[in-house]
Amino acid sequence: MQAEHLEIIDFLRRHQPFATLSEETLAKVATEVEISYFKSGTQILEFGQLTESLYVIRSGAVEIYRRNGDLYNRLSEGGFFGEFALLRHKRTRFPAVALEDTLIYLIPEETFTELFEENELFADFVEVEDRTRLRQTVARKEDANELMTSEINVLVTREAIMLDTRATAHEAAKRMSEEGVSSLLILHHTDAPGHPDDADSPTHPVMAGLITDRDLRNRLLAKGLSYDTPVTDIMTTDLIHVEHSQLVFEAMLAMLRYNVHHLPVLKHQQPIGVIALSDIIRYESQNSLFVVSSIFRAQTVEELKGLVSEVRACFTRMVREDANSRMIGSAMAVIGRSFKQRLLELGEEKLGPPPVPYCFLALGSMARQEQLIVSDQDNAMILDNSFDPDKHDAYFLKLAEFVSDGLAACGYTYCKGDIMATNRTWRKPLRVWEQYFTEWIDKPTPKSLLNSSIFFDLDGVWGKTEWADRLNRLINRKTRHNSIFLACMARNALLRTPPLGFFKDFVMEPSGQHTQSIDMKRRGTAPLADLIRVHSLAVGSKSRNSFERLKDIINADILPHGRGQDLRDALEFISTVRIRHQALDLEAGNDPDNRIEPENLSDFERKNLKDAFQILSNAQKFLKYRYQPGRVN
Amino acid sequence: MFYIGKEDVKSEESGSTGKGDRLDWAKRFEELASRTRHPQLKAYYEAGAVAADTPIEQVPMIAMDFETTGIDASRDDIVSIGLVSMNLHRIRLRDARHWILKPRTDLREESVVIHGITHSEVEAAPDLKRILEELLEVMAGQVIVVHHKGIERNFLNAALKRRIGEGIEFPVIDTLELEARLHRRKPPGFIDKLFGREKVSIRLADSRARYHLPHYRPHDALTDALASAELLQAQVATRFSKTSPVADLWS
Repeated sequence: MQAEHLEIIDFLRRHQPFATLSEETLAKVATEVEISYFKSGTQILEFGQLTESLYVIRSGAVEIYRRNGDLYNRLSEGGFFGEFALLRHKRTRFPAVALEDTLIYLIPEETFTELFEENELFADFVEVEDRTRLRQTVARKEDANELMTSEINVLVTREAIMLDTRATAHEAAKRMSEEGVSSLLILHHTDAPGHPDDADSPTHPVMAGLITDRDLRNRLLAKGLSYDTPVTDIMTTDLIHVEHSQLVFEAMLAMLRYNVHHLPVLKHQQPIGVIALSDIIRYESQNSLFVVSSIFRAQTVEELKGLVSEVRACFTRMVREDANSRMIGSAMAVIGRSFKQRLLELGEEKLGPPPVPYCFLALGSMARQEQLIVSDQDNAMILDNSFDPDKHDAYFLKLAEFVSDGLAACGYTYCKGDIMATNRTWRKPLRVWEQYFTEWIDKPTPKSLLNSSIFFDLDGVWGKTEWADRLNRLINRKTRHNSIFLACMARNALLRTPPLGFFKDFVMEPSGQHTQSIDMKRRGTAPLADLIRVHSLAVGSKSRNSFERLKDIINADILPHGRGQDLRDALEFISTVRIRHQALDLEAGNDPDNRIEPENLSDFERKNLKDAFQILSNAQKFLKYRYQPGRVN
Repeated sequence: MFYIGKEDVKSEESGSTGKGDRLDWAKRFEELASRTRHPQLKAYYEAGAVAADTPIEQVPMIAMDFETTGIDASRDDIVSIGLVSMNLHRIRLRDARHWILKPRTDLREESVVIHGITHSEVEAAPDLKRILEELLEVMAGQVIVVHHKGIERNFLNAALKRRIGEGIEFPVIDTLELEARLHRRKPPGFIDKLFGREKVSIRLADSRARYHLPHYRPHDALTDALASAELLQAQVATRFSKTSPVADLWS
C-alpha cells in the first residue's frame, strides 16, 4: 500500500515554494522526504560541504552565515536553505547552524531538480539570486495589471493626421471624414531660416494647434462662419500634451485636470498621434480618480473635507485592483496637489488677489509623486522679488494659514518640522530662496542638510511655477559636480538603514536583536528615495519621481550592472507592501500608518521584503563608497 | 527476560533489573534460527542482528507502530502497521510502508474512535499472513524502534503465534523506555507529593515536545512510527553519543 505522509503533505502545503505545487505532486514529494534532527548549537552545513538536499525547517530555528562569519539570515519554521549550493557547484556557500532544537525535512537533489525544472512557480521562488526572485515577483504583478501600467504608446495606434496652418476649415472637415477621426493636428511649417529652435533642422514642423469635431460645430457652424475660414481661426492653441512614455492613466489625469478630450502625444518633441478620452475609456481604468474633478468643483473647505472618504475609497480601490506603487503614488500626489490648488483658489477668492506674484511649492513625497494616504503637508512659498514684508506679508501669511488649515482638515497633517508656508522662513522672495540653496550647496554640513534635504524634491503647484523650475535648475547646476555636497547628502542618506529580515513574528536587526514592528517608510522607502536622490543629483537628472530618477541613473551607467533595476524592484516591492497594509488598515476602520507587524506579513512578503532590504543595504554600502569626500566621480 | 544495560532501569513490562552482560541479540538470533520451523521466520533470524557493541550511528533501524483493536495482545489484533526506515542521521520516507490489515477479532467501536480505521476499510484489507513475508524482509537485519514496546513486541508475537504457530522475538529500541530512564528513576517521594509535583508524562507527544519536535496528529501508524523515529534522533543527540554501543539502548 502506498504510504501517505499526511503530516508532511500538510506542512509542505502551508509553505512556499511547495504551496504552488499540485496535491498530486505534493504527495509524491512527501514520499521522497528525508528527515534529520539537529540539537541546538549543532552545525547543519559547513562551508564547502557537499549538499545533496534542499533543507526545509519543519520546526526550530537556523542561522545562516556568510563566509566571513557575518550573520546572513535567521530562518524559522517553513524557511529553507541550501538552494544556492544545489543550483550551483553543490558546495555550501552559506554555513548553517541550529539556533534552537531543529527538525529538518530534506528534499533530495533529484526531487528538487525535477520540481525546479517542471514547475515554473517553484523555480521562481527558489531562484538562485535573491534579486532575481524579487524581479520576477514585481514583473508577474505587472503582467497581471497590464492596462494600468501601460505607457501611452500603446494607445497610439495610428499616425497623427495632420494639416498645415494654411488649410481651411472645409479642408479640415473633409480630411477628418476621409480618415474617420475626431481630431486633426495643425502644424506650422516654418521656412524661416535661423529660427533659434530650429537651427539644426530648419524644416521641422511645429505643433500649432488642434481642431476637433466640436470646434467645427461650436466655432464655425454655430457662428455661421464661411467654410473657407482658416483652420487657425477655429483651432485650439496652447495645447496640453503628453509624452509617449508617460503612463496611460497620467494622460487620463491630464484630461480631467484640464477638461480636454484630446491630447497630442509627443516623442522627441514631435507629435506622433492624438489620443482621445474614448481611447482611455476603452482602457476602463480607475473611475475613482474622478475624485480629482470633485475637488475642483468644491466651493468651500467643508466640501473639500467631505471628499476625504472618497480619497480613501479611491486609494483602497486602486490597491485592490493591483495598481502599482508608481500609479498610486502619482494618483495620490495629483489628488494632494489638487487639494492645494483648489484651496489656493478659494483662498484668493476670500482674501482678494495677491499683492505680488507668488509660487506655491510642494516638497518631498508630493513633489516626487510618491504620496500615499498618510502624509504630512510639506510646503513653502516663493514670493516675487518686489515683495515688501511690511506691506505684503500679512496677506501671504493669511493665505498660507488658510491653505494649511484646509489641508489639515482634509487629512494632511501639519508638518512636525514646521516646513510649511506658514513659517516665515519658508515664505520668502525668490532671491532669498536662491541664497538658501546656494548656502546649502556651497557650504554643506550634514546637519544643515538633514533639515533641508526635503527641499531638494520641490515642485511648483500654483502661481509662478516657473520659479520652481528655476530653483530646480539652480540645484541641478550647482550640485552635479560638487563632491563635497554629494558626500554630505550621501552621509545623510545612510542614517536610516533597513532591517536584516524577519524571524518568527519579529523584525530582525543586523545586530541579531528583535523588534516588534517595522516602520516601512523610515526603514524602507525613505532611505531608498534618499539614496536615489544622491545618485540623481550626481548624474544631473531633472526627474523628481524616484522611478524616473532611477531610469536616468541607469542610463548614466554609474551603478554596477543590474543594480539600478534591483533598486527599482526593491522600491516597488517595499512601496507595495506599505500601500497594501495602509489599505488593510483603512478597510478595517483603523487609522492607517507606516508600521507593520511581521505577523501580518505573508511568507511571500517576508521573503521578498528580505531580498528588498538586502538590495537597499548593499546599495547603501555602494553609496558610501562612491561618494567618499575627496573621491573624484 | 532482558537486560537493558547499565542504566539499570525497571522497564514497564520486561520486568528485569540488575547489572549484567550486554544483551547479545546476534547470538540470540542464531539460537532462534536453529530452532524455528516456519521458513519465512527462519529466514528472518538467519539474516542476523547487529553486534551488541556496534556504535548506534552505524545501526540500520526501522521505526514501527501498530494500531490495534484493543490493548490486550492475547485477545486483540493488529489493524495497521507503519514502518519507516532510518538511521541516526536520516529518516527516509522513500522506504516507508503502511498497511491496513483485517484483524481476526472484531473491530471495536472504542478503537475505531482512536485510529479512525473503519469496518469497511478493514473488510477490504488483507490478513497479516499475506504481508508477513514482506514485513519480515523489511525487518531483517534492522533494529526496531518503537514507542512503548509492550504493544509492538507483544502484538506481533501473539499475531504470529495465532497464524503460524510460532512467536517472534526482535531487538527493540523503545523511546518510551529511554524517556523513562530519565524521568522515572524513582517513584515520586513525599516531598514531591507535598509540592504537588506531577509525574513527568512520557507519552509520545509529550516526550517529543520536550525535544522541541513539532506536534503530529497521533494514531496513524505511519505518522506515529515517524514520530518515534524523530524522537530517537532527538534523544540520542541530547543524551547519548553517536558512538554509544547499540546495547546501551536496545532491549
